[in-house]
Amino acid sequence: MDLLEHEGKRLFAEAGLPVLPSATAATSAEAREAARRLGLPCVVKAQVQAGGRGKAGGVRVCRTDDEVAAAADQILTMTIAGRSVGELLIEPAVDIARELYVAIAVSRAERTPVLIFSRHGGVDIEEIARDYAEAIVRRPLDPLLGPADYQVRDVLSAAAFDPRAAQAAGRSPAEQLAAVVRALWRLYRDRDATLVEVNPLALTASGEMVCLDSKVTIDDNALFRQGDLTSSRREAEAETRAREAGIAYVALDGEIGVLGNGAGLVMATMDQIAAAGGAAANFCDIGGGAGAATVKKALGLITSSPRVTALLVNVFGGITRCDEVARGLLEAFAETRLAVPVVVRLDGNVGAEGRAILAAGNVPGLTIAESAAQAVRMVVAAARREQTATVPAED
Amino acid sequence: MAILVDEQSRVLVQGVTGREGAFHTARMRATGTKVVAGVSPGKGSRDIDGLPVFDTVAEAVAETSADVSVLFVPARFARDAMFEAADAGIRLVVCVTEGIPVRDMAEVAAHLAAAGTTLIGPNCPGIISPGRCSAGIMPADVFKPGRVGIVSRSGTLTYEVVHELSKAGIGQSTAVGMGGDPIHGVGFVECLALFEADPETDAIVLIGEIGGDDEEQAARYVLDNVWKPVVSYVAGYSAPPGKRMGHAGAIVEGSAGTAAEKRGALQVAGIPVAASPPDVARILGTLFAGAATR
Repeated sequence: MDLLEHEGKRLFAEAGLPVLPSATAATSAEAREAARRLGLPCVVKAQVQAGGRGKAGGVRVCRTDDEVAAAADQILTMTIAGRSVGELLIEPAVDIARELYVAIAVSRAERTPVLIFSRHGGVDIEEIARDYAEAIVRRPLDPLLGPADYQVRDVLSAAAFDPRAAQAAGRSPAEQLAAVVRALWRLYRDRDATLVEVNPLALTASGEMVCLDSKVTIDDNALFRQGDLTSSRREAEAETRAREAGIAYVALDGEIGVLGNGAGLVMATMDQIAAAGGAAANFCDIGGGAGAATVKKALGLITSSPRVTALLVNVFGGITRCDEVARGLLEAFAETRLAVPVVVRLDGNVGAEGRAILAAGNVPGLTIAESAAQAVRMVVAAARREQTATVPAED
Repeated sequence: MAILVDEQSRVLVQGVTGREGAFHTARMRATGTKVVAGVSPGKGSRDIDGLPVFDTVAEAVAETSADVSVLFVPARFARDAMFEAADAGIRLVVCVTEGIPVRDMAEVAAHLAAAGTTLIGPNCPGIISPGRCSAGIMPADVFKPGRVGIVSRSGTLTYEVVHELSKAGIGQSTAVGMGGDPIHGVGFVECLALFEADPETDAIVLIGEIGGDDEEQAARYVLDNVWKPVVSYVAGYSAPPGKRMGHAGAIVEGSAGTAAEKRGALQVAGIPVAASPPDVARILGTLFAGAATR
């Protein structure tokens, strides 16, 4: 789950990371009021889960409250990377002396968290990597211990602070940066993050270190112990319903509904549909050990899309029992009559029993295929027939 | 020989009294696997169809000399269960459970590595050496004993490919389902090394999917270290870009991980990439026919 900037900054503040005082606003009046309280000049920032916000014009520095209101009105009507802006964050503007980059993320290859630092921040990490690759410090962290002292020293030496730089409240930039790295680790660990990124981490002209942006991703698998964060999730409604039912569902552009078990099998099914000249209307993985109720919910999700003209159920049972899948299909079809032709391929764990149950159900419009390849051919042909049937004749 | 498990393996099941645990324990036993114990905290001192159940892994190991543990423990207790298995001296942990937090898996990976315990999974179908041992949830009746090793990121795709191999008369030495989580135990490279060294394996099938760069690493490894024939299949050409990793993630991994990129990397290493699951069997059949006529 990706957090918005202001949600991430709330976690930053809790973890002891330096953030500016700020306020959210959903209207220009609220933005004006927030700016009055926080002081001018201030920055008005779009709250969207997308990169490239600054380039799209979603971040404005304003000197008067009229400017704040105008910027707010404008940004609230924007769509950035396909997402409409519903909320703003207002922060006082600061005098930036230097911009740094610091993050902790998961490394699949090393099977550990990894600390990433660059003395060049403020632009996308892709650009930093391209232009200053040699200046990136990357250190795998012990998942049980976090950053070791020597790793923090590596970061401090890479930062190359001017020893005569200003000190804020008696703390040198290096001391502040060390505290940021340690607080970032606490946040990463205690909040079950898979990514915490501060870009830019700014050093102000008066010598203060402050996190000007936040990017936080929380591990979906750990939401059970991060209860206060779940209320802030925003997703397309279908995907939320799917997740609650333990189903992975993504809507696509094609016409053939796909239901399968296991992400790999579903993807392979989509690939074979594409190779046979069709296109999948969705990705839908009912996961391991799915019961009848899950199958029913998945079918409901898929067929709620008007673009679906045929449906392919491709199940190869390992942990999933084909008899359960068959019963789920029959229950679902008993409740809502089939609007589109359905091709079912069931094999593996009690596959013969599943096929027998399904065949005994005598569902009109349902075909049981012998193999995955045959099922794909049949469903693509069925979708074609449906399409030509629904196109009105020329004359 | 096979790799990691064979007829000598003594399997214990953690979470044996749960629905999935009980179901798959019965299936493993039905295939002739030496399942020697179950563990379920607070439910010990009983037996299930003659299988002794213990409260702790340490007791189970002391009583039965179990050396492989298969986990069906709920996600939030899985970390502790794997620590317990490693500390009790279990040689191989197979974690079937899905939905385990990444933080927990990073800690498990570190602890098990320090303990010298090998991990398969999590979120995986386990491992099978057909006719000898099944530690996990793979449907044994699809498999056929033979000399092709399989390592895969996807459970159901493995069954699909194996189904085709068995139909074509091509048996398997061992199949490993490594699981799809970002932090997992043995991967392509570890399994390629084990299969290359296994005198009972003649060829290797590698089944990948989009995301990460495991396939790219495997391709590089094969180039310098594997002399047995390798055939691959990759799923996800038509998959949506999906939830992209954060920017920092892109840097960490270095690759966007599309199916086309993976196919490219495998082909550069001289590894044939099959177009569909049946195509894997066709390519292997051609290889073996070629070897037989030489």
